[in-house]
Amino acid sequence: MIITNTEEVTGKKIVKCLGVVSGSTVRAKHVGRDIMAGLKNIVGGELRGYTELLTEARDEAMERMQSQATQLGANAVVNVRFSTSSVAAGASEIYIYGTAVVIE
Amino acid sequence: MIELGIFLTLFCLGFFVGSYAEKQHYKSIVEREQKFMHLVTTSSKRPVGDIGAVRKTHLVRGNAVISVDYFKRIIAGLRAIVGGNVSSYETLLDRSRREAILRLKESCPSASQIINLRIETSSVFKGAKDQTGSVEILAYGTAIYAEK
Repeated sequence: MIITNTEEVTGKKIVKCLGVVSGSTVRAKHVGRDIMAGLKNIVGGELRGYTELLTEARDEAMERMQSQATQLGANAVVNVRFSTSSVAAGASEIYIYGTAVVIE
Repeated sequence: MIELGIFLTLFCLGFFVGSYAEKQHYKSIVEREQKFMHLVTTSSKRPVGDIGAVRKTHLVRGNAVISVDYFKRIIAGLRAIVGGNVSSYETLLDRSRREAILRLKESCPSASQIINLRIETSSVFKGAKDQTGSVEILAYGTAIYAEK
């Protein structure tokens, strides 16, 4: 499946538009990562645990969006947007949405 | 007295280790940016110039969560009293943005161009104690591979 964040797939024609598909996931950090992050807060620098956590979360949300698109019979998702929000203390929501289309 | 000692230790530790780490990080950013100079990255929706037939396109992304050190946090806190430019946070955001874009480029080194680059900033895990000042930068775009 082709996924892009442009309005069209460069070099291909969109045949049919199937509507918006989305995937979301809410992730909380675990204690071990939290302690490390607490230490890192003193000296600054990258919080690697959080970076990985958010990458995994995005992969998961992306997968959910893809399976929704597959169900609709799409072979591409265009105009994909990411959004991140913190819903509660210590948890983050990742939301990915895009337009499912059929390309030639 | 003990509290003051702890505070001063953290303050100095933050200053020395933090500024050393920042310097090292900037050095590696500049090095890697030079390495990926050839990879055209734009925020426009169409590829720049004539690249001919397109073989493949796919979404690429890169992210970085970077925290500010204790020293800078205190300085920023002092700055908030009088207002003005908080330069200690500016370098933090600059570093994370450049790092995120580099990771995006590193994930597709053989692409011809990266178009429609978007950068999103969010503060992660806000509300948890002592967790202020860590931001996440997400850079995403579409990698394009030309036929040739």
